Amino acid sequence: MSLSPLQLCLLFSSALFCVGLIGALSRSNTILVLLGIELMLNAANINFIAFWRFGPAPAAGTGVVFVLFSIAVAAAEAAVGLALVIAVYRHQKNIRLQEANRLKG
Amino acid sequence: MNAAFLATLSLELLPAQLRDMVTGWLPEPWRWLVNSILAIAVILASFGLLFAYLTLAERKILGRVQNRPGPNRTGYFGLLQPFADGVKALTKEDIVPRGADHLLHFLAPVALLAFSIMTFAVLPFGRNLVAVELDAGVLYFFAAGAATELAVFMAGWASHNKYSLLAAMRALAQLISYELPLLLSFVPVIMIAGSLSTQEIVHRQSGWMFGFVPQWHVLTPWGFAGFAIFMTAALAESNRSPFDLPEAESELIAGHLTEYSGFKYALFFMAEYFGMCALCGMAVTLFLGGWQAPLPFLEFIPSYVWFATKMLTLLLGFIWVRCTFPRLRIDQLTRFAWKFLVPLALINLGTTAFWSLTSGWTGGLQIARWLVAIALVVIPFQLIGRKLSAGLGPRTYRYA
Amino acid sequence: MTLAFLAIAFVTVAAAAVAMALRNLIHSALLLVFNWAGIAAFYLWAGAEFVAFSQLMVYVGAVSMVVLFAVLLTQRSPQSFREQPDSISRVIGALLVGGAVLGVLFGAVLSSRLAPSAATATPTISVKELGSLLMGPHAAALLIVGVILTVTLIGAVIIASTDHAESGKDES
Repeated sequence: MSLSPLQLCLLFSSALFCVGLIGALSRSNTILVLLGIELMLNAANINFIAFWRFGPAPAAGTGVVFVLFSIAVAAAEAAVGLALVIAVYRHQKNIRLQEANRLKG
Repeated sequence: MNAAFLATLSLELLPAQLRDMVTGWLPEPWRWLVNSILAIAVILASFGLLFAYLTLAERKILGRVQNRPGPNRTGYFGLLQPFADGVKALTKEDIVPRGADHLLHFLAPVALLAFSIMTFAVLPFGRNLVAVELDAGVLYFFAAGAATELAVFMAGWASHNKYSLLAAMRALAQLISYELPLLLSFVPVIMIAGSLSTQEIVHRQSGWMFGFVPQWHVLTPWGFAGFAIFMTAALAESNRSPFDLPEAESELIAGHLTEYSGFKYALFFMAEYFGMCALCGMAVTLFLGGWQAPLPFLEFIPSYVWFATKMLTLLLGFIWVRCTFPRLRIDQLTRFAWKFLVPLALINLGTTAFWSLTSGWTGGLQIARWLVAIALVVIPFQLIGRKLSAGLGPRTYRYA
Repeated sequence: MTLAFLAIAFVTVAAAAVAMALRNLIHSALLLVFNWAGIAAFYLWAGAEFVAFSQLMVYVGAVSMVVLFAVLLTQRSPQSFREQPDSISRVIGALLVGGAVLGVLFGAVLSSRLAPSAATATPTISVKELGSLLMGPHAAALLIVGVILTVTLIGAVIIASTDHAESGKDES
C-alpha cells in the first residue's frame, strides 16, 4: 500500500482531531475539555499546512496565512475560555462541567 | 595595504578554514552533518568556558566593589575557582524531596538548559559565523526563549514545596510581564531592517555617516530608546539583579530552586548565564551593529573579535548593574513593566514609523527629523516617569 | 523524510492520547505542551518555518502559561491535582463517537482520489512574501484579528477579575 504524503498528513491530523474529540467529550474537567478543543483546532491547522505543502496549488501562501490567523484566534479563545473557567470556579468552587448548570451565579 | 588586507582576510576566514581542514576530506552528505556537530561543539565549548570565567569575573568584580578581594585561593588570582566549583557541584549529594515528581524534577533543569542553548543557533558571531541561517531567525530566538518559562514552572511544581510553587508563580509573572517590552522593543529594528534574519539585520547596519560614524541602530533616537528598553527587559528576563526577585537568595532562599542541589542547581545557574549571554548577543546583533567595527580604520580586526568585545562589554554592564542597584519589590517590578516600559515601547513604535516615513528628508529637514524623533522619545519618557514617581520624591539615606 | 514525519506524527498523537487519559492535570497540560511542540516540528518538516516558530511562541510560550495558571488557580487544595474519575458511560460514549468519527475520516481520506501535487519543487514562502501577503490581500483580516485580540484581552481581564463587593463574601 503506498500512501501519498498528503494522505499521510491527513491521517495524522484526523487522528489528532479524534483524540481531541474523545478528550473533550469524555473528560468532565473544564480545562481538559478546553484543551481537547484546542487540540482539534491544531489538527485543522495541520490540514491547512498539508494542503499548502502537497496540494495542487501550492503557489499561493493562503494556507500559511490562514494558519497564522487561526493560531491568533486560538490564543484568544484559550485566554477567554480559561478566564471563564476561573470565573466559574469562583462561583461554584468546582470546575466540573456537570455541575456548571446554572446561568445565574 | 594589500598585504594588510590579505592578513585580514585570512584571520577573518580562519574559523571556516579550520573547519574545512577538519571536515574537507569527508564525502558530501557526511560533511554537512560533521560541520553541524562541529559548530555545536565549538559553541558549547566556548560558551561553557565563558560561563565559567563569567562567574569568576562576577565574584571578583562584586568583591572589589564591596572592598574585599573575592575568590583568590584556587590557582593564581583565583583562576581555577570555576573548576573547583564545578567539581564541588558534581560531587555534592543530589537531594530530591520525597513527595517530588521525580521525572519533572529531573526534566526542569535539562529543559531550561536545552532551550537556552538553542537560542545560540541564530546569533551571528562573525561575518560568516552563524550556526543556522534562518529566514525567521529573530522569531526563532524569542520562541526558544519563551519556552524557558515552562521549565521554571516545572521546577517550582515538581519540588512539591508550596514555597517553591509560589516563587515559581511569581517568577512566571515577572517573566511574562517583561516579555512584552522585550518583544516590543525590537519590533522597530525589524520595521527598519525589513527582515527577521539576524545576518540581514547586521548587514543593514553597515556603512558610515560622515565617513566615520557607524550606522548602528543604537545611534538613532528610536534605536537608543529600543536598546534601553531591551536591556532593562533583558535584565529582568535573565533574573538578574535588580530584578532577581524570583531567586532573591537573601530573602527567598532561591525561590523555585529551593529544592535543587548539587549538579542540578549548577545546571540552572548555567542556563541563567547562557540566557544572559544569548540576550546580550541578541542586543549586540539588533542594536549595536553585530560584528561590525565601530570605526572604519579598525576594520582589520576580525569580525568575531568585535562581536565578542561588544558582548563582553554588555555582560560587564550587567555585573556592574548588579553591584549598584538595590532589589525592587514585586509590585514595583510589575508596575515598572506595565506602566512604564510597555507604553514607552509602544510610543517607540510610532517614533520608528515616523523615522522610516521621513527617510527621504535631507538638509534642514534632516535636522528637523532628528529633533522630532528625539522629542518623541524624551517627552513621553519624562511625562510617564514623572507621573509614576509623583509623590515618591528623592530619598535620602542617612546611614548608608 | 517520510520516516521523520512518521516519528513526529507518532510521538505527537501518542502524547495527545496519553495527555487526554491521565488523571493528573498538570501532567496532562505539560504533555499537551509537548504535543504542541510536536506540531511545530511538523510545520518545520513541511517547510513552514514562520508558522512553526509562531506556534512555538504562542502555544509553548503563552497558551501553556495560561493553562497552567488556570490549573493552579482552580485547585481546592494544592496537594490534589488528581481529578475524580469520570463516569464510565461518558467515557464509553466518547470513545464510540470518537472512534466513529475516526473511522469516517480515515475511510474518506483513504478512499478519496486526492489530486497529487505536480511533484515540483517544495513550495517555499519567505518571511517577506508572507508579510506582503498579510499586509496586502489579507490586510482586512489582519485588522480584524488585531481587534479580536484586543477585545479578548480586555474581556478576559474583566471576566477573571474579582469584583471587590463580592470578594468579601467569597472568602467567608
